[in-house]
Amino acid sequence: MTSGHDTADIKNHIKVYMMVFAALAFLTIITVAASYLDLSSGEAIFLALAIASIKGSLVASYFMHLISERALITWILMLTAGFFFILMFIPMASLIDQARLG
Amino acid sequence: MSEHTHHEESFFRKYIWSTDHKIIGLQYGFTALFFLLVGFSLMMVMRWQLAYPETPIPFVGSLFGEDGLLLPDIYNSLGAMHGTIMIFLGIVPLAVGAFGNYLVPLQIGAPDMAFPKLNAASYWSYLVGGLVMMSSFFTEEGAARSGWTSYPPLANIEFGQTIWLIGMIFLITSSLLGSMNIITTIVQLRAPGLTWMRLPFFVWAQFVTSFLLVLAFPPLEAAAVLQLMDRVVGTSFFLPSGLVVAGEVMEVSGGGSPLLWQHLFWFLAHPEVYVLILPAMGVVSEVIANNTRKPLWGYNSLVFAAVFLGFMSFIVWAHHMFLTGMGTTMSAFFQTTTMIISIPSVIILSALFISLWGASIRFNTPMLFALAFLPMFGIGGLTGLPLGFAAADIYLHDTYYVIGHFHYVVAPGTIFGLFAGIYYWYPKITGRKMNELLGKIHFWPSLLFMNGIFMPMFIQGLAGVSRRLWDGGLEYAHAAGVLHWNEFMSISAWLLGLAQIPFIFNVFYSLRSGEKVDNNPWQATTLEWEAPSPPLPHVNFEKLPEVHREPYEYSVPGRNRDYTPQTEPKKDQY
Amino acid sequence: MNIPYTVEERPDTGLYNAKLGIWLFLASEVMLFGGLFSAYVFLRFGAPEGAFHEWGKELNIPLATINTMILISSSVTMVMSWASLKLKDFKKYKFYMGITLLCALGFLVIKYLEYTAKFDHHIYPSTNTFYAIYFTLTGLHGLHIIGGMVVLFYLWMPGSKMWHSKPEQFTNRIETVGLYWHFVDLVWIFLFPILYLL
Ligand code: HEM
Ligand SMILES: [Cu+2]
Repeated sequence: MTSGHDTADIKNHIKVYMMVFAALAFLTIITVAASYLDLSSGEAIFLALAIASIKGSLVASYFMHLISERALITWILMLTAGFFFILMFIPMASLIDQARLG
Repeated sequence: MSEHTHHEESFFRKYIWSTDHKIIGLQYGFTALFFLLVGFSLMMVMRWQLAYPETPIPFVGSLFGEDGLLLPDIYNSLGAMHGTIMIFLGIVPLAVGAFGNYLVPLQIGAPDMAFPKLNAASYWSYLVGGLVMMSSFFTEEGAARSGWTSYPPLANIEFGQTIWLIGMIFLITSSLLGSMNIITTIVQLRAPGLTWMRLPFFVWAQFVTSFLLVLAFPPLEAAAVLQLMDRVVGTSFFLPSGLVVAGEVMEVSGGGSPLLWQHLFWFLAHPEVYVLILPAMGVVSEVIANNTRKPLWGYNSLVFAAVFLGFMSFIVWAHHMFLTGMGTTMSAFFQTTTMIISIPSVIILSALFISLWGASIRFNTPMLFALAFLPMFGIGGLTGLPLGFAAADIYLHDTYYVIGHFHYVVAPGTIFGLFAGIYYWYPKITGRKMNELLGKIHFWPSLLFMNGIFMPMFIQGLAGVSRRLWDGGLEYAHAAGVLHWNEFMSISAWLLGLAQIPFIFNVFYSLRSGEKVDNNPWQATTLEWEAPSPPLPHVNFEKLPEVHREPYEYSVPGRNRDYTPQTEPKKDQY
Repeated sequence: MNIPYTVEERPDTGLYNAKLGIWLFLASEVMLFGGLFSAYVFLRFGAPEGAFHEWGKELNIPLATINTMILISSSVTMVMSWASLKLKDFKKYKFYMGITLLCALGFLVIKYLEYTAKFDHHIYPSTNTFYAIYFTLTGLHGLHIIGGMVVLFYLWMPGSKMWHSKPEQFTNRIETVGLYWHFVDLVWIFLFPILYLL
């Protein structure tokens, strides 16, 4: 990704960056608009997180070039993501488990 | 030598503000050994109170008040700081900062670490963190006194904790910088021909360790920030509503949860225990391969076990929390993962034991320490199993049994492993061997007294004596039958302190008077022995090595020597 | 002494050192914010039903939306400044980098306005667990912005001399600092809905 770009390549990239920018701006507006809808809290959370995830993957894939990054980096990030979710959900699961016992 | 350095560096640049991984490694090493001594001294004082409750402390009593008594608050401070210093300022910096820094580039045939300046920053951040921690002894509030685990709500309201948290943030930063550096170095700077499965096991151990540090430490940093917020700006992350302190309801907004701290803390602190043990396993493997003059038995399984261990260590943390009322499903889950994680530990230990089989062992000092590591780690690991079962842990949790368990792993385990490493690589660092006789005078008493301290802890723990008691349990009837062990353990501890004198003396004595040796005094195979002793400043090797073989080609039949360095070309390549 | 692969890529990994280094750093950052997000989830779950949503209503959504736009724009200008270097157009690099810094500054100013508005209404981190985590998360994120700005400013002004002596290495530096900058943006993309909208 880093070397061996020719000029035409980069110019193509720039077009992609602009499209990503437009998509990000559009999704931002959508997510704000959606928050004014009368959704149940579960639906709202799902929608907001889904949109944020799309935006996040756009940034990561294109601005951070992950889409064409080396396998090693992808592996490290997948490992990190795995632990991230463990860290996120196991403490919460322990609360649920506790609540279940009353 | 000077033809390799393009310009002479000033003393300051060379030894103090250095970016050479070897100097930084030594800085780490000396600082960490110093802190180990400090941490140990704190414990020697505490052991007086446990052996002879409420009698004046001899020699150093005046430091603790006019009558020389150790009061409960101070006892708690010493305990909290003992744990903190030993783990965060002693063992991790010694195992990763010193050993990792000094040896990883050498063992992979690199001129330095990938990021020399970050490396220096890592050391200085460590030193600042250490000094911040130590400074808390001299403040009005005194040092932290809520245990190295810093559980809220106690830690939220006790004195001294703020400085502890600030110190931790420096230490965590230091570890992060150091471990990112080690991973990048291993991935990027391996010598030509040094494929992954040709790496010495020590390098693998450092690799996995560094991943644990990179991914597990940040949540503790987050937790430290939250606790700092609680203490400084009055948030209630860890304080529940309606908390009663000293008979009064605390005036905070509440709504927080002490359990949150425990999750974030142990998310780091369980991987941390593998950070403590893996580098030592790496050292011991190198020493055993060299002194059995045989390839390590099951190199591949060692590597896979270490990687698996690293991975699993992220999903066992709540076995420290069985008694928090987590709920049975969670307990069952963590009990299962804990049992699974003991499998790779057993694989590693077994492989190392089997490596001894049929070998003509050289019993030099490094090997003695490495050999002692095996059963000591074995005891530590096996006593962990009952703790991993929720039902048994309900009884054993927070007793001296737990203290015995982890000290067996860390003290006669890790510390012996690291001692083995110091004796083994000293000739590389200085060009001289350490004195063998002094080494043996260091080893045998250390082994004896280590067991003298920690074995009785199992007895006391099984009788139900709680940890962290200022009077060692005097007030409890169930403790009465086992308290006489306290004196025995304390005396062992002080004698263990004495037994370190030959070591300290040896380190300095051998600098000048040790036997002079060539570059490869142990007839070893790995790359660090190709470099001059000491390795050249900033470049390490006269000529960067090329690798042609596996790490441990010892006693291969049909060769004229009993070892074949990794750099020796294979015949068919001529 | 020369450390290998500081500029050129190592053939078998396809990476130069700093690229791997920055990604490892970002991995640790993911876990740092992971710890804080975990705290958010835990506290939200432990709070009375709907309390977080109620408490969060005091926050200023329009300002935060503007801030989101600003940060996204700064990400675009950041990647454009890197692309400009790839096109060997140093002037454009300076231009885009300048805008990136300006956006960052704008973001902080708005954040400052938001904070002071809260304090004026006597809302502090100690008010409740929502504001505790709100101030901690946005504060830490703000510190990341400030830290990034220091580096960006260096690379914009004094550090940009390197372009004339070692253009490749300079371009790599912009790429790595860019990765950091996008990451900070990415964190905000998640902070925005969970703090302001939910
Ligand atoms: C090999 C298998 C191991 C198992 C099954 C195991 C299991 C456990 C369990 C369940 C506890 C919690 C006990 C309690 O608080 O009630 C514990 C505590 C502890 N273990 Fe292990 N462990 C193992 C290996 C290790 C290793 C290798 C180390 C360190 C190098 C270690 C260090 C510790 C420490 C420091 C604590 C106590 C922390 C504290 O509460 O202050 N353990 N172990
Ligand atoms: Cu554990």
